[in-house]
Amino acid sequence: MTPRDLFFMRLRGILRKEVLQILRDPSSIALAIVLPLVLLFIFGYGVTLDAENVPVAVVLNDNSPSAREVSARFDLSPYFKTIHLTSIDEATLWLNQRRIDGIVHLQGDFSSDLYGRNQAQVQVIVNGIDANRARLIQGYANGVLQKWTELRQARGEPVAVPAVKISQRIWFNESGVSRNFLVPGLITLIMTLIGILLTALVVAREWERGTMEAILVTPIRRIDFLLGKVLPYFILGMLGMCLSVWIGVTLFHVPFRGSFVALLILSALFMMASLGFGLLISAAIRVQFVAAQISIVAGFLPALFLSGLIFDLESTPRVIQIVSHVVPARYFVAISHTLFMAGDIWPVLLPNALALFGMAVLFIGLAFRKITKRLEG
Amino acid sequence: MDTVRRIIALMLKEFVMVLKDPKSRFVIIGPPLIQFFVFGYAATYDLKNVRYAVFDESRTVESRQLLARFEGSENFELTKTLLSEKEIDFVINREKARLVVHIGPKFSRDLHNGRSTTLQVIVDGRNSNVALIALGYIGRIVEQYNQDLVKNGVISMDGPGVLLTDRAWFNANLQSRWFIVSALGGLISMVVVMILTSLSVAREREFGTFDQLLVAPFNPAEILVGKSLPGMFFGIMDALLFAAGAVYWFGVPFRGTVTTLVLALGCFILTIVGVGLLGGMGFTMSIFISSLGFTSETETLIAAKTAILLASLFAGVSGFLWLRFSGTAEGGGGTRR
Repeated sequence: MTPRDLFFMRLRGILRKEVLQILRDPSSIALAIVLPLVLLFIFGYGVTLDAENVPVAVVLNDNSPSAREVSARFDLSPYFKTIHLTSIDEATLWLNQRRIDGIVHLQGDFSSDLYGRNQAQVQVIVNGIDANRARLIQGYANGVLQKWTELRQARGEPVAVPAVKISQRIWFNESGVSRNFLVPGLITLIMTLIGILLTALVVAREWERGTMEAILVTPIRRIDFLLGKVLPYFILGMLGMCLSVWIGVTLFHVPFRGSFVALLILSALFMMASLGFGLLISAAIRVQFVAAQISIVAGFLPALFLSGLIFDLESTPRVIQIVSHVVPARYFVAISHTLFMAGDIWPVLLPNALALFGMAVLFIGLAFRKITKRLEG
Repeated sequence: MDTVRRIIALMLKEFVMVLKDPKSRFVIIGPPLIQFFVFGYAATYDLKNVRYAVFDESRTVESRQLLARFEGSENFELTKTLLSEKEIDFVINREKARLVVHIGPKFSRDLHNGRSTTLQVIVDGRNSNVALIALGYIGRIVEQYNQDLVKNGVISMDGPGVLLTDRAWFNANLQSRWFIVSALGGLISMVVVMILTSLSVAREREFGTFDQLLVAPFNPAEILVGKSLPGMFFGIMDALLFAAGAVYWFGVPFRGTVTTLVLALGCFILTIVGVGLLGGMGFTMSIFISSLGFTSETETLIAAKTAILLASLFAGVSGFLWLRFSGTAEGGGGTRR
C-alpha cells in the first residue's frame, strides 16, 4: 500500500461516517432542502419592494369634469386602491389610523386654477414612516398625472408639456421588478445559512457528544478530517443552491442570463468560503447551540445588512463600505445579480470570484490550523 | 408564595452568573452595540454618491446648466464623461457607473424653438430599487430645471398643466433610516435574549450543574420562569438603550410615550422568550413597537415588510435551533443521538 492508497482509504472511511451520519440524522438534509424552500417562499411572495394596490383616499373638493377625470385616473391605476372621502379632515383621520397610506387632494379651485392660471395643484400626502414605500407612492402618483397629461394631449387639448422630458431605460430589468434582484440575493443568503450553519455544528457536535476522542484515536489525519467534514456538506449545500435557482427561475420567473457553468464554478467558491467560515466557528467553539448563534450573528446578519442584498452598499458611510469587504456574501451578491440579470460579464465577475477564492482559502486554512491544535492539545 | 421565593432565588443566581461570566457580560453589551451602529448606518434606502456618467452630445449652455444640477446634488457623483454611444454599453455592463445621462444633439435647439425635448437616462437595473430611487431623484432635478426655464423666460407655459405637490407625514424628509433604526433595537435585543438564555442552559450542561438544578426543589415551570426572566430584563434594558441611541444618535423622533414603549417591549421580549422562539409571532410585535413608540400612536401590520421579514426569518431559524438543541439539553443528555 502506497501512502496515497492509505490516504484514500482514510478519506473513504471518514466520508462514509459523515454520509451515514447525515442520512441517519435527517436534520441536516432538512436544513439544506427545506430551509431554501421556506425562505424562498417567504421572501419571494412576502417581500417585494414594489407597492401595489396601495390604499389611498381621494378627496375631491371640486366637481368639475377635469377634477373627476383626475380622480378616475387614480381609480384605474393598478398601483392604487382608492377610497373616496368627502373631507380632508376625515382623510387625515384615516391616515393617522393607518387605514390608508396616502391622500390625493384636489382643492376646490382645481379647475379654475387649471384653466385660469394654467397651473393647478394636486396635493399628495403620504405616510412617511416607511420612507421607501412613501417615495414609491409619490412616484406612482406623479406617473398617473403624467398619463393624464398625455391623454389630454392626445385628445388635442392644449396642455403644458414639460420642456425637458425624461426617457428612462432600466437595463437588465426593464419594468423594475424588485423580485428580480431580491431572489438572486436571497440565494446568497440561503447559501450563507446552509454553508455556515451546517458546518458550524459538525465539529462542535463531535466535541459535545464526546465522539471527538474516538476520532482522535483513529489513524485519521487532520487533512482527512477536514475533507471528510467539508465534502458531504459541500454537496448538500450545492444541491440546496441548485434547488433555489430552479425555483427562482421557474416559479418566480427571475431571468437567468448567465451560463450555468459560471454559476456552478462561482457558487462553489462561495460555498467553500461559507463552509470554511462555519468550520472555523465550529472548531473554535465546542457547544453546538452557541456555535449556531454565533454563525447567525457573524454570518447571517452581515450577509443580510452588509452585502448589498437589500440595502445599497455604495450609499453607506465609507467605514461601513470598508467593513463590508470582509463579508463573503458581498461578493456573491454582486456575482449573482450580474449572472442572473446581466449575463456572463467577466470583468465584473472575476474580481469578485478572486476575492471569494481568497476568502475560501483563508477560512479553510484557519479552520485547518485550529483543528490541528485541538487534535494535538 | 414558595414558588415566588424559589423563582427569585433562581433569578438571583442567574443574574450573578450573567454578570460574573465575562462571556455573558460581553454578549449583553459588545456585539449588540457594534451591530446597532454598523447596521444602523448600513440600513438605508436613501442613495448617496450614485456614480453616473454623462454623454452630452449637445454641449451647450443649456445642457451644461442641467448637468451642473446633477453635479451639485449630493445624491450623484460624476465618474466619467463619455464621448460615444458605444461607451454607454461598456460603462453600464461593467458597473463603472450605475446610470448614464444622455443629452441628445438637438437638446438646446429644441428648447429654443419651444419644443419639448428629451433627456435619456439609462440605469443599471441589477438593483432595481436603486434604479427606481435614482430615477426619482432625477425626476426632481429635471422638474426643478423645467420650472426654472419657465421662470427665467427661456420657454413659456402654453397650456394648462398640473403640478404635484407632495408631503410626507411623520417623516417629512423621507429618511428610510428612521424607519429601520427604530425597529433595529428590538431585533438586536431579541438576539441578545436568545443567546443569553441559550448560554445559561448550555453552561449548566457544560459544568454538569443541570442535574443539580433538577434535584433542587424547583418544578419545571419555575426553572423556566427563573431562567427566562433575567434574559428578559437584559433584553429590555438593551432595547431601551437602543431606543435612546436611535433618538439621540441617529436623530429619530420619538413621539409616543416611554410607558407605551416599555409595555410594548415587555410584550415583545416575552413573546420571544416564549412562543416567539418557535413561530414568527414576535415579529409583528417588533413592527408594532416601532410604529407605536416612534412615529404615531396607531398600530400597523401593513408597513414594515423588511423588518417583519428579517424578524420572522430569525424566529424561524432560532426556533428550529432552540427545538433542536435545548430539547436535548433539558433532557439531561438522555436523548443525545
